[in-house]
Amino acid sequence: MSGVVADESHGQRVLFVERSEYLAAVTALYEAGFTMCVDLTAVDYLAHESRVVPDGVVTQRFEVVVNLLSIANRERVRLRVQVGDGESVASLFDVHPSTEAMEREVFDMFGVRFDGHPDLTRILMPEDWDGHPLRKDYAQGRIPVQFKGAAS
Amino acid sequence: MTTIDARPASDMNIVSTGAATSEGGQELKPRGEISQKALMREAGAVLRLSESAAAALSEVAGDIGEDQSMIINMGPQHPSTHGVLRLMLELQGETVLRCKPVIGYLHTGMERTGESLTYLQGGTNVTRMDYLSPLNNELVFSMATEKLLGIDDDIPERAQWMRMLLSELNRMSSHLLFLATNGMDLGAVSMMLYGWREREEVLRFFQKVTGLRMNHNFIRPGGLAADLPAGWRDDVLHLLEMLPDRLAEYEILMTGQPIWRERLQGVGVITQSEAIALAATGPILRSTGLAWDLRRDMPYLKYPEAEFDVVVGAHGDAYDRYAIRLQEIRESMRIVRQILDKMPSGDYRIQNKKVTPPPRGRINESMEALIHHFKIFTEGFKVPEGEVYVAIESPRGEIGCYIASDGSSVPYRMHVRAPSFVNVQCLPHMMRGGLIADAVVVISSIDPVLGEVDR
Amino acid sequence: MNAVREVLDNGLGGIKHNFLTGRVEDLVKWSRSRSSWGATFGLACCAIEMMGTGAPHYDIARFGMEVFRASPRQADIMIVAGRVSQKMAPVLRQVYDQMMEPKWVISMGVCASSGGMFNNYAIVQGVDQIVPVDVYAPGCPPTPETLIHAIETLHQLIEDGEIMHRRAESGAGANVHIQEVPAGVITPVTLDRR
Repeated sequence: MSGVVADESHGQRVLFVERSEYLAAVTALYEAGFTMCVDLTAVDYLAHESRVVPDGVVTQRFEVVVNLLSIANRERVRLRVQVGDGESVASLFDVHPSTEAMEREVFDMFGVRFDGHPDLTRILMPEDWDGHPLRKDYAQGRIPVQFKGAAS
Repeated sequence: MTTIDARPASDMNIVSTGAATSEGGQELKPRGEISQKALMREAGAVLRLSESAAAALSEVAGDIGEDQSMIINMGPQHPSTHGVLRLMLELQGETVLRCKPVIGYLHTGMERTGESLTYLQGGTNVTRMDYLSPLNNELVFSMATEKLLGIDDDIPERAQWMRMLLSELNRMSSHLLFLATNGMDLGAVSMMLYGWREREEVLRFFQKVTGLRMNHNFIRPGGLAADLPAGWRDDVLHLLEMLPDRLAEYEILMTGQPIWRERLQGVGVITQSEAIALAATGPILRSTGLAWDLRRDMPYLKYPEAEFDVVVGAHGDAYDRYAIRLQEIRESMRIVRQILDKMPSGDYRIQNKKVTPPPRGRINESMEALIHHFKIFTEGFKVPEGEVYVAIESPRGEIGCYIASDGSSVPYRMHVRAPSFVNVQCLPHMMRGGLIADAVVVISSIDPVLGEVDR
Repeated sequence: MNAVREVLDNGLGGIKHNFLTGRVEDLVKWSRSRSSWGATFGLACCAIEMMGTGAPHYDIARFGMEVFRASPRQADIMIVAGRVSQKMAPVLRQVYDQMMEPKWVISMGVCASSGGMFNNYAIVQGVDQIVPVDVYAPGCPPTPETLIHAIETLHQLIEDGEIMHRRAESGAGANVHIQEVPAGVITPVTLDRR
């Protein structure tokens, strides 16, 4: 398939997929037996832009990471989709209904929008919360404590 | 020992109530205000429906006049929601038409906290997510870290068997708590006392081995924090001797009892294709008839060398899930018995100076040991750049840990795929068309732990 | 009439004690401390230990507290067991406001007392920012013995009566910090087989 670069990470199959080919790739994998979308999350690479990716992959700020499972073949595959700040990604809800809450969490924590999601609202933070907490430019929100340099 | 000083009331930030508890767009909205797709979702439609099924569904989710249905709120402070789960239900009489779980009331920012804790400290954070099976959380985090480090094949035999022992005992204590809360939610309040009575025995063993009753931080990258204490075999044998009779008592109290069966059978039914579509794993998926258990199908630790059965239901209802968990306690006991026989001697952690701290005694003798200890506990060990996803079978389903590392001593991104977060999505589907009393049964049979739902 | 006015203004504690009124006040305080009912406010891991405290091994029924009322109208003590997130904070305050006087708050665990190990955007750093706390119980999670110690400390305060006076004056909690009691005997206590 065009727009898909295959890779391997610690013995696990990883596919780097273009944003435009994302939904088609997931649908194709669904037909190929990957019927369970186990996990959908995102990473904000703002503080680590020099990450290692295979040739042909143009990195963006966010990466949406999808883990699919094929029960029949006992196999997993991971998709990594590069998403820029402000860009939106297709929602997997029609193919994998399990992604409803997962995509809401990514929206809440990172601000990545999903087109076609039935109800894209915050899920973990209060409704009137400002900002997206897991972004790297969002402060951790620590209050100063007596122990200097305490990790958290 | 005690200090008493009064703080004047004016010092306190008192939050105004009423409007402050409303969550706006996250709540269940009246039918006119949401899209058809969202309406179908809240009414529990999962897959593309056939004509007849769509017609049947429209009876439930179709045009209901405004004065015929009522939207009520259950939780977040509620005795039966297993924690701070808030459910908004649309009812017609006592029948549930739509359901929307509102979560986030226990959101702790653990994934954010994980980005500032070293890999050795990460266990303390991860263990508090699913606080009913903390050792499983630590196990998946440690396994992901070890995979990134490239040492996952070098973990000593004894460490693997010890991890298996603790993981299975944790499964037992978690399922015992499920039996307790399930019983209490359905009215068998004495079951609450019995389940806790047994759980205390397991917690007593954990306290002897790890030092804590809960949230142990014992399974760490590289192995475990300490070896098993002397006399552990007798303690485990005592557990294994005591439990079967107690489980038989529960069978008498619950399994064969007509009231129990009436309340559980046929309630909260989910089919196999729906469960797979909703990514429900663990007892929920197994209750639909699919024998999917990561311990057997994508094994880890020493599970290939242990003999056990995967317990499967047939109807996908709450009764099956109860029976599966009860039987899984017996299967876990079987595994523990085999571990007792097969536990080898050896190291309880990998002897890798960069990853595991040296024994405390050597710090007095060797400068190098002191430096390694110091570096590991303050700065932490560096993990090579990369990303990995590792999943194991927790009592609630597949728990996975996705770590992306940038080469430093703290994870760049640590995400835990919590089984309860995904399983809670099954609620609208299971509750559709049932009564409110069944809603309590359904929540209980999913056995959610809100700590991992919200993280 | 003066005595009646005094009672209406200051409660029974105001009257110069004679034999009869002194004893009634003691009776009231004694019964309050011996039969306080807890409001279910179990949030996270501490809730599990709280349930364990109600379980047979630790049994807070001997202190009159095995009944946890879900309705705040019927509860006396709110044991905030677990970490309070930003979303939960208004709910906590609302439940506290719905409880009837006299009411007390035990902050169970380090997350409720001070935010615990989670010093970040998501957790309220100490539930005393929202409700007045009477006893702080440390631990992560506190062992059932620690919770019993906290409850008994509170019961003692109730029985002594000081806590009500101070509440009337300043509206603040008692702010008692107790020490953690390490978990108890390790040798198994075998319950009899039947």
